[in-house]
Amino acid sequence: MTTSISPTKASLPPAPPVQAARRGFTETVAPYAYITPFFVLFAVFGLIPLLFTFYVALFDWNPIGEHVFVGLDNFSRLVGDVRFWNAARNTVSIWLLSTVPQLLIALVLAHLLNHVRLRLALFFRMTMLVPYITSVAATAIVFVQMFDRDYGLLNWLLGLVGFEHIDFTQSVIGSHVLIAVMVTWRWFGYTTLLYLASLQAVPRAIYEAAAVDGAGGVRQFLHISLPSLRPVIVFTIVTSTIGGLQIFTEALLMNRGAANTCGPVRQCQTLTLFLFEQGFIQFKFGYAAAVGVALFVMVVVLAGLNYFLSTRIRPVKG
Amino acid sequence: MKTTRRRRSGERVRWWTYALLALAAFACLFPLYWMFIVATTDTATATNLPPEIVPGGNFFHLAGLVFSTVPFVRSIVNSLVVAGTIGVGQAVLCALAGFAFAKMRFRGRNALFLFVVLTMTVPTQLAIVPQYMIISSLGWVDTLQALIVPGLANAFGIFWMRQHISSAISDEILQAARIDGASTWQIFWRVAFPLVRPAAFVLGLLGFVTAWNDFLWPFVVLKSPEMYTVQIAIKALQNSFNIDLGLAMSGSFLATLPLLVLFVFVGRRMVAGIMNGAFKG
Repeated sequence: MTTSISPTKASLPPAPPVQAARRGFTETVAPYAYITPFFVLFAVFGLIPLLFTFYVALFDWNPIGEHVFVGLDNFSRLVGDVRFWNAARNTVSIWLLSTVPQLLIALVLAHLLNHVRLRLALFFRMTMLVPYITSVAATAIVFVQMFDRDYGLLNWLLGLVGFEHIDFTQSVIGSHVLIAVMVTWRWFGYTTLLYLASLQAVPRAIYEAAAVDGAGGVRQFLHISLPSLRPVIVFTIVTSTIGGLQIFTEALLMNRGAANTCGPVRQCQTLTLFLFEQGFIQFKFGYAAAVGVALFVMVVVLAGLNYFLSTRIRPVKG
Repeated sequence: MKTTRRRRSGERVRWWTYALLALAAFACLFPLYWMFIVATTDTATATNLPPEIVPGGNFFHLAGLVFSTVPFVRSIVNSLVVAGTIGVGQAVLCALAGFAFAKMRFRGRNALFLFVVLTMTVPTQLAIVPQYMIISSLGWVDTLQALIVPGLANAFGIFWMRQHISSAISDEILQAARIDGASTWQIFWRVAFPLVRPAAFVLGLLGFVTAWNDFLWPFVVLKSPEMYTVQIAIKALQNSFNIDLGLAMSGSFLATLPLLVLFVFVGRRMVAGIMNGAFKG
C-alpha cells in the first residue's frame, strides 16, 4: 500500500444508458452525497470554530453577558501575561521531553522486532499496543501514584538504593518529566508498529546484499533502515508535534489540589490547560480564544519547521 | 513471508534483543498490574512501605464504593453508547467516502481529497471555545449527541478506507455488478463494503477506543453526573476523596477492563490494521 494521494486509475464505470436515463440525477450526485457527511461535520465542528476563534479573540466576550469589541487588546495583554509565557515554556519543554525519547525508543524497538526469526513476535507487538488502549485519565492516575513523593513505588526504590525522594508533582522539571513519561508510555508502542511496518516493506535482499558486503547490524540500520523510514519518521514527527503541543489531561490530573493550574505555582500548566482555565473556569471566552490563536500559530510554526527540517536533512551517504 | 523464512541479515536473534523487548513489554504491562494492586488494597495498606506487590482482597469493597460514589454503571452505558455509535458510524461513513474517492469519477475529486488529507493537520482542539458555543446554540450541552455527532468525522479514516478499497477491490467486480443492473449504492453496500469489512472493522475499533478514552471535550460539555462518560467519572472519583487513592484506581481499573477484555480478542487484528494502514516508503 502506498500513501500517494494521486488519483486512482480505476473508476466506477458510468451506469449503462438504460438506467442512466431513469436515475441519471441520483447517480450524478451519488459521489457527492457519499462524501458530504465529512465535509458538513468538519465545517460545523472544525473549520468554522477555528475561524471563529480569530473573531472571538477580538472581543471581551462573556458567555452569559455581553461582548464588547476590543480589537487586539487580548493579544497585547497576552504578550504581557507571565502566566501565558509560563504555559508556553511548559508546553515546549513537555513536548520535547516526550517526543524525542518516544521516537528514539520506537526506532530501536522496531529494528529489534524486524527479525523474521523472532519468537513471540505477536505477543510483543500486541503488548506494545496496551498503553494505547488505556485511557489518558487512567494512565495519569496510576502514574501520579507510582511517582508519589511519599508512597510511590519509584521513590521507594530510589530510597532503597540511597537516593533522596523526588517530588515529581510539585517541582517544575519533575512534573514535566512525569507528564513526558506518561505521553511516551502511551505512544511509543504505536509508533514502533508504524516504523516496523515501514521496515518490513524494505526488500530483504537489500539487507542480504549488505551483509555479503560486510556491513554489520549498526551500519545496516544507519544506511538501509533509517533512509527507508524517512517518510514515516517525518509523519510521526509532525503528528507528535501537533499532539504534543495540545497536552491537557495529564496536566489536569496531576495535582488534585490545584487541578486547573497543574499545581500551586503553575509548574506544569500547558497552553491547552491555560486555555481551558481562561475559557471554562474564568469564563473569559475572548481571552481564551486569543490563547487558542497563539497556540495555533505555535503548532503551525513548529510543525512546519519540523517538516522542513526532517525533509531537508539528508542521511549520510554510504 | 512466513513461508520463505528469510532472515534480516543472516544473523540469529541475540539474547539482548529478547531482553530489551521483554523490558518494553514489562514497562507496558506493569502500570496496569499496579493499577489492579492499588485497586484491590485499602488505603491503609496502599500507603504502606514497602508497597504491596500482590493484589489485596478489597476489590469488591472498593468497586462497591466506586458505584455508590458516582453513577458508574450509567457512565459505562453512556460510554458504550457514545463509543459504539462513533465506531460503527465512522466505519460506514469512512468506507462510503473512501469508496467515492477510490472508485468513482466526479468533478473536483482530487482537490476535495487533498482537502480531506490537509484537515488531518489542523489542530481543531484549540478552537474549543467556539465549538462549545456552537454546541450551546444547538442546545446540546450536557447531552451525548454533543460527543457523538462531531466524533463521526474522521479524515484519517477516509484516507485509510480509500487505500484499502483501491488495493482490495478490482474494477472488474464493480463493472460486473454494474452490468447486472446494480445502482451505485447497491454496488457499495452489496459488493464493495463486504470486501473491505475487515479494514472497516479495525477502523471502527480505533474509533471506539479513541471515543471511549476521550477526555477534554466530554469534560467541557458534560455537566451532570448522570451524563458522564467513564473518563469523567474517574475525574470525579479523583476529586471526591482527598486521601483515597484506591477509589480512583479502582474506577480507572473498572474503566480500562472492558477495553482490555476486548483487546484480548481483537488485539491481533488491531496490530495488523495499524501496520497495514501505515506508511510503507
